[in-house]
Amino acid sequence: MTQSEFLNVVMPFKDKLYRLAKRLLVSAEEAEDATQEILMKLWARNDMMERYKNVEAFAMTMTKNFCLDRLKSKQSGNLKLVHSNYSDESTSLQHQVEARDSVSWVEKIMEDLPEQQKMVLQLRDVEEYEFDEIAELLEMQPTAVRVALSRARKTVREKLLQKHRYGIG
Amino acid sequence: MESDRIKKLLEKYFEATATEAEERTLRDYFLQEEVTPELKQYAPMFAYFSKAKEERYTRQVPLNTVTAGNRRNLYRWISVAAAVVLTFGIYFGNVQIEKRKTEREQALYAYNETKKALNLLAENFGKGTEKVAYLNEFEEAKQKIYNGN
Repeated sequence: MTQSEFLNVVMPFKDKLYRLAKRLLVSAEEAEDATQEILMKLWARNDMMERYKNVEAFAMTMTKNFCLDRLKSKQSGNLKLVHSNYSDESTSLQHQVEARDSVSWVEKIMEDLPEQQKMVLQLRDVEEYEFDEIAELLEMQPTAVRVALSRARKTVREKLLQKHRYGIG
Repeated sequence: MESDRIKKLLEKYFEATATEAEERTLRDYFLQEEVTPELKQYAPMFAYFSKAKEERYTRQVPLNTVTAGNRRNLYRWISVAAAVVLTFGIYFGNVQIEKRKTEREQALYAYNETKKALNLLAENFGKGTEKVAYLNEFEEAKQKIYNGN
């Protein structure tokens, strides 16, 4: 596979990789690094790529695993533990200051979701994947995908409503 | 009418049982301008999802030229280069050895010739000294004559 062939394959979904990485890692810079790493890994094994029938799904799974590993190694440092103790309060304060409009508020709400729910919501509501695809990408059961999705959507709704009530009161 | 239908779809949406088409209907409904006030609270969700989809990966796609395939090629060229260097090395090494061998032979030959010449010289010297011995005889005879006087 030549460079241009590779780019033709990768171009349509590189933004999806980035958005999934950003959903998980939150920081734009880290997400860019992660995406770059994934693309380089794909390019390094480009001679094998023809064998995968769905390169996009494969790349998305790679991104998911890569970002979860990143998060795990970050959490294993005890710095994070200390930080998360008071990050709750400060972020909720930050939320009130920063997230004036409800649209960016949704983004903040999604940050607090568990990883799996984040990913399911991202893949379904932002990227509009089918349930079967999501199940395959995330290596989950289809029913588990639905459960996670329902929970994620309900949590977002609940927090959004709370915000509205506070906003009025 | 419309809002009743949307409400039903929303219910399905939050149970994650809505089909793709139904979800698309919801998205389209909430992204247009006129949303029923009682449903307005849900609009930010859909607005955010469509906004999130706009985000782009802006960095260059990094493609270094050394890939697995290329690397194999690289090894191939390196081995060709090594073979070339090796043959040249052996060839020129042989030439060098040959040269040294003839040099040594020439030196040996020169040595032998010199030795021969020196031997010849020594022989002639020997003859010379024999002849000088005659001179000694003459001297002795002369002494005898002197002593006789």
